[in-house]
Amino acid sequence: MTDSSPSPDRPAGEHLRERLRLAVALDGTGWHPASWREPDARPAELLTPRYWADLVAEAEAALVDLVTIEDSLSLQTEDRRSPTRDRRTDRVRGRLDAVLVASRIAPLTRHIGLVPTAVVTHTEPFHLSKAIATLDYVSGGRAGVRVQVAPWPREAALFGRRDFPALSYDDLATPEAQQLIRDSFDEAADYVEVLRRLWDSWEDDAEIRDVATGRFIDRDKLHYIDFQGRWFSVKGPSITPRPPQGQPVVAALAHRSVPFELVGRSTDLGFVTPQATEDVAPILAEIRRAQRAAGRDAETVHVLGDVLVVLGETEQAARDRLARLDEAAGPDFAGLTSDALVFTGTPAGLADLVADWHAAGLSGVRLRPAVLPDDLQQITRAVVPELQRRGLFHDSYEAETLRGLLGLTRPANRYAATA
Amino acid sequence: MTEKQKKQIHLAAHFPGVNNTTVWSDPASGSHIEFSSFVEFAQTAERGRFDFMFLAEGLRLREQAGKIYDLDVVGRPDTFTILAAIAAVTDHLGLTGTINSTFNEPYEVARQFASLDHLSGGRAAWNVVTSWDAFTGENFRRAGYLPQSERYERAKTFLRTATELWDTWRGDEILADKESGRFLATPTPGAFEHHDSQFDIAGQFNVPRSPQGRPVIFQAGDSDEGREFAASSADAIFTRHSWLEEGKAFYADVKGRLAAYGRRRDDLLILPAATFVIGDTDEEAAELAREVRLAQVSPATAIKFLEQLWNRDLSDHDPDGPLPTVDPLESDELIAKGRASARSHGDRLEQANRWRAIAAEKGLSTREVIVEVTGRQSFVGSPETVATTIDEFVQADAADGYILVPHITPGGLAPFVDKVVPILQERGVFRTEYDGTTLRDNLGLRPRSAAAQPTEAAS
Repeated sequence: MTDSSPSPDRPAGEHLRERLRLAVALDGTGWHPASWREPDARPAELLTPRYWADLVAEAEAALVDLVTIEDSLSLQTEDRRSPTRDRRTDRVRGRLDAVLVASRIAPLTRHIGLVPTAVVTHTEPFHLSKAIATLDYVSGGRAGVRVQVAPWPREAALFGRRDFPALSYDDLATPEAQQLIRDSFDEAADYVEVLRRLWDSWEDDAEIRDVATGRFIDRDKLHYIDFQGRWFSVKGPSITPRPPQGQPVVAALAHRSVPFELVGRSTDLGFVTPQATEDVAPILAEIRRAQRAAGRDAETVHVLGDVLVVLGETEQAARDRLARLDEAAGPDFAGLTSDALVFTGTPAGLADLVADWHAAGLSGVRLRPAVLPDDLQQITRAVVPELQRRGLFHDSYEAETLRGLLGLTRPANRYAATA
Repeated sequence: MTEKQKKQIHLAAHFPGVNNTTVWSDPASGSHIEFSSFVEFAQTAERGRFDFMFLAEGLRLREQAGKIYDLDVVGRPDTFTILAAIAAVTDHLGLTGTINSTFNEPYEVARQFASLDHLSGGRAAWNVVTSWDAFTGENFRRAGYLPQSERYERAKTFLRTATELWDTWRGDEILADKESGRFLATPTPGAFEHHDSQFDIAGQFNVPRSPQGRPVIFQAGDSDEGREFAASSADAIFTRHSWLEEGKAFYADVKGRLAAYGRRRDDLLILPAATFVIGDTDEEAAELAREVRLAQVSPATAIKFLEQLWNRDLSDHDPDGPLPTVDPLESDELIAKGRASARSHGDRLEQANRWRAIAAEKGLSTREVIVEVTGRQSFVGSPETVATTIDEFVQADAADGYILVPHITPGGLAPFVDKVVPILQERGVFRTEYDGTTLRDNLGLRPRSAAAQPTEAAS
């Protein structure tokens, strides 16, 4: 894709080093399994729009660039890959469709990016494409989508259309599992390709309303996408005109080489999980390599480091909070672990870490609050001011769209005839 | 009418769609895709105390003679996503979405409707439709052309399966008791297994019971099978029969089918789609209606209509000349694709001869015939006349109310809301305030009882 127009949203006189980008990952009552038992947690309100509106308003007041909203097709469980049911009654269970939550919140917010999670393994790219295009319309250009693969038997059984083998964590190194992972991400790449082609399947000026000839559209500016791949084919064009951003932001979470490739070849935004600053460079190298291999050198792919945060006014206070949460999580709970680094400390300490990662080459971080709203409020009221003091984070929203906040231009339409 | 208690009228608003009913060429016509149009439309309907708004859907852009149809409005938003956003800018208005049972899976649709019902505080409704051709299937991974005979079977099974999923949660599973640490009252909420020829699925549904338990169910088919499906499973039926006599016949027929399913007459509402033109006087409205019809049937549109019935290329035909002398082409291959009406022409020659007879009798050109025989407005007149007619039709059991389809986006509903609604309210046949919180309340439907199934299913 080439950029056809200068970003109207780019601030003048920007520093050479781009400002840090900050995302917050929303999931239930927070990322600690006992978060729902905290005094300020609102576990009985998870299915109400007010709950999500309050959280996103809190993030927006602190100029957070975007929120992600987690999702899954199956009921939450301790191990998503396991084919057997989790019978726990002491964890948050039940959730709403994340795309619809984002859409419900969109009219109540003005600047913040909204990036719901969507499973791509079982769903229809045609439906998701128009859903995210519509989210882009209702939010005035603030939509993104985080694509997630789910090649697990529990998910597959909900649709009854495909079979996937049951794999334990130990099986992941087997050739069969590696092939399954490779295939799942290849399918995700095809899926993203279809999303993107459908978003471009209408040129921006396709609607002409030419009363003289009676034509509402110039149909030469609508395009069949004619996608044919291993898993699906899609004809197009979309039933929804090209969204305000042209291309809403596509994101993915990636832990290893195969998903790093997806980030590099298909997305605008990757979430990665370094455990320490020295992990950043090799992760970025893999993603940039994939980006080059896909011929996307000229495009911006932002990479944000994920951190699960347990914050306190002092280090001791943070550790005490975590200890209390771990204890509330039950006698069988061995302590909080995560795919992402767990940071337990002060807002200033977190700002140090974020600054280090930013200096190491990440565009910023996606913070996963251990408890909502507690850790979100620490982020918005203490971490953000600290980052602003250090000159790393913006003092006002400088753009109207999510692409604008990420410094991405509005891309030219791949199907538009070049003059 | 004697002292019999008058029926309360139900009113709903259909967001102008992709048919020639919508006059996009009018200078007052706004965007069909910008959110501001949906906000204005929905808030106008809510200001008028309407029961709900209604969105149609088509999953492939229409084509005629192999080309994308360009004379009507083209393009619309995703149904679920736009309804969730409209929920944020309205408080009472029901949100009815048309969702296809052919190109979706029950688990996903059940999840989206349950989510929409939560996010709207109990205002979700589903107009269940089936699809008609492989043409649409080309946009989907499941593709899946279904023979006509299997479509209702799939729709029925789809709805039954979705209902099973909604009913897996009874509403008392979430304790969220911080003190004891029990979030759930039961270890396997949402457990289900469904195995039949269409769907072979199992697991745990992951959206807890929504305010309405399940969305209000609409059915839109007109065939015998469609009526039977509505009588067995729907809460409301969306019909095309807005005229008095055919409306009464349809009403009596469908209501008469309810008893066989153990349902009461008021368990299913009959809501025809209806267009309207309002003027200060009946004469002014009639004149306006003629202008609207001419705008709806441009010369180019007249030819396209002609081709749809004749099922052949008539692009060289003069719209201001007489109807073609050549006869329609009977073929399974239709010139118009992605259009339900193209299939419902029945015997093409018979209908063409009917048009010819009308043309001969009244001395009409091709375009004038089309104006005469297609899409005449349901209610035309002064506010007083329109209110009176609607009231009479409803009290005469031609309908329980109407789903109004304005011809201008988004402002076309306002004249009805501002001028007709107050008269209906004055007569005591339409609400002045919402008296409930859910769509089911708006429609006066009995609450659905919570599911009888145990949540502790075998695992």
